[in-house]
Amino acid sequence: MYKYDEIDQTLVDERVAQYRDQTRRYLAGELSEDEFRPLRLQNGLYIQRQAPMLRIAVPYGMLSSKQLRKLGDIAGKYDKGYGHFSTRQNLQLNWPKLEDVPEILAELATVEMHAIQTSGNCIRNITTDQFAGVAPDEIIDPRVMAEIMRQWSTFHPEFALLPRKFKIAVSGTRDDRAVVQMHDIGMEFYKDSNNKVAIKVWVGGGLGRTPILGTVIREHLEWQHALTYCEAIIRVYNLHGRRDNAYKARIKILVKALGIEEFKRQVEEEWSHLKDAPNTIPEGELERVSKHFEAMPYETLPAHDAGFDAAIASNPAFAAWVKRSVHAHKVAGYRAVTLSLKPHGTAPGDATSEQMNVVADLADQYSFGELRVSHEQNLILADIKLSDLFAVWEKARANGLATPNIGLLTDIICCPGGDFCSLANAKSIPIATAIQMQFDNLDYLHDIGDIELNISGCMNACGHHHIGHIGILGVDKDGSEWYQVSIGGSQGNDASLGSVIGPSFSADEMPAVVQKLIDVYIQERTPEERFIDTARRLGVAPFKAHVYADKNTAKPEVTA
Amino acid sequence: MSNLITLNNGVAAISENEWTIIKLPASQVEERKQAGKVVLFKLTGEKTVSAEQIATTEIPSAGKIIVPLSVFIARKAELQDRMTSNQIGVWVDTHEVLEDLVSSVSDLNSLPIIAVHVERFADGRIFSLGTLLRTRYGFKNELRAIGDVLRDQLYFFKRSGFTSYLIRADRSATEALASLNDFTNPYQGAVDEPRPVFKRYNRVA
Repeated sequence: MYKYDEIDQTLVDERVAQYRDQTRRYLAGELSEDEFRPLRLQNGLYIQRQAPMLRIAVPYGMLSSKQLRKLGDIAGKYDKGYGHFSTRQNLQLNWPKLEDVPEILAELATVEMHAIQTSGNCIRNITTDQFAGVAPDEIIDPRVMAEIMRQWSTFHPEFALLPRKFKIAVSGTRDDRAVVQMHDIGMEFYKDSNNKVAIKVWVGGGLGRTPILGTVIREHLEWQHALTYCEAIIRVYNLHGRRDNAYKARIKILVKALGIEEFKRQVEEEWSHLKDAPNTIPEGELERVSKHFEAMPYETLPAHDAGFDAAIASNPAFAAWVKRSVHAHKVAGYRAVTLSLKPHGTAPGDATSEQMNVVADLADQYSFGELRVSHEQNLILADIKLSDLFAVWEKARANGLATPNIGLLTDIICCPGGDFCSLANAKSIPIATAIQMQFDNLDYLHDIGDIELNISGCMNACGHHHIGHIGILGVDKDGSEWYQVSIGGSQGNDASLGSVIGPSFSADEMPAVVQKLIDVYIQERTPEERFIDTARRLGVAPFKAHVYADKNTAKPEVTA
Repeated sequence: MSNLITLNNGVAAISENEWTIIKLPASQVEERKQAGKVVLFKLTGEKTVSAEQIATTEIPSAGKIIVPLSVFIARKAELQDRMTSNQIGVWVDTHEVLEDLVSSVSDLNSLPIIAVHVERFADGRIFSLGTLLRTRYGFKNELRAIGDVLRDQLYFFKRSGFTSYLIRADRSATEALASLNDFTNPYQGAVDEPRPVFKRYNRVA
């Protein structure tokens, strides 16, 4: 992974000093609440219901074992002994003290970490595929460009105060796992007909209260121009994006208002001036950064391991875990492993300090000391030998990290919701845990098969509910918490937004509602179909009919 | 004590402010802000400054003054003599269109100073405007940030091509000076240093 040189380290150290002084000025009354807000937000500090929330950047989801141990230490020392991995591959602490944040940042800086631009109206952490560099279907390792873009976007002076937040995702596979279409800018790297690296660029995607999938603004961009082309897009947005209404300030609204053709015309006009400017990436820089992501020193291994095969045959629990949690690897004899942060009955994405230490140890012992965070809020060990899988499983299982539910109904994507977040309309974690308990039967979960259930506590959609096969959105009606259900959303190349099935439900109805959706699927599915396929084939109607069958449908309840 | 910081050859100092900023009189009609709608504004022709405001703007008869763009365009004849003696500068608001300024003079560098007014700290359009004035339109003289100008923007102002900063009246410019140097080695190329880090240093992996 990328290692800081003196230039990177100095910048992060200077940020700590800058933020320390900003906090001092705020506490001394030299900065008003309003003046401090954009400053602390650009350092990931929200003021939440219970306490401030600090969002720590995990650039494109990559962590070293050393960094994870430090995160565990910080969670123990400044928080309540756990952290929350978010859908943007970052780590959130829910209980730090505002006064402690400069000290936390200083500790993070010792392991090449920071909280720069993890919130606020600026270019946020750039996200990518959690299997980058090891996926068999990968064409280009997207982490190289993600790192170059991380540096370029860090304190970019022209884009320091945008109309609204700005999220970029990059992907280097044909099978998109970075959901590039739901980002302000999405980039897919591919090899063009001349075998040169090129970029397909999407713009104006996003969830939130106006969910829109991105539109292709350029089918083919030479990789050298990635930064200047982004500058052209963001300049048009910075100058013309709405600033009078935060709900209409994302780039997707501007793209929609202008139409993609006019927006593109303006971007191309800007780019005609910026093309080949000094921010054009030279071959040498690509090579330098690529060296940080060179292939691990893999052993030459056979494609099969007898011990592994024997363990699968003799141990059904291990076999079930392998089926869900172990993923193909480009190198023979190696696998990628997802450690589930979704044990039934706890908050999805949470990890304790002890668990972070365990995962760090596993990474050191078995996976070259590195790991990744996925946008599904799990942790990934990317380079495990087949012969080590059983040992990894045993240790992970002993520490609550081996629930064999990856990609299943209880692998729920969930935002912190009303328990923590001051934006939320409703709680989301208790809904997730109630559903997990309703489906706390692994055989049944495996029978239901691949399905994605996403929960957001408000329309800001941190839990990505629009693209869940089943999406649950917390809504506020006359001061009480209700839940709107949609089906048919999906991430990936054939991304789609879900359709609401009808009036919303109370919290205690939710496990039964999900149960009924699953019942319809089990009843109607063909042998080949996943839930999403059945939902797409049949549409909302049969699901709706069953879910609302014994509800009083005459009740004049309006869909929120 | 002056609240103006100026940057001369990279050295920042508190300076006496020689320029008076001329404001438009308050509008009688409710102001229809075009924030964020510049493009739509150009399509619909919606105006934000009334002819009456422009006509009634008081222009002092002597001294160095920075006039609003709308006044400059409408009343240039009155200002012509003082322009030749470098007494006239122009300020633009962040929602105004730079092309209007550029097309109003034969040579942008005949203006000794351009100021950009930022109403709210969070309005980052000012950084794009500074960048465009320096890079697209080749403006070489003093570029000043005015309005809600606080120390935590200064580093970005400097990088976006601004060379003077009128710190908001209730804040200390002396204390603000330090923030110009918050970071020593930026990653990306920008106006003050067009070469990104990978073109300034031979970084080794």
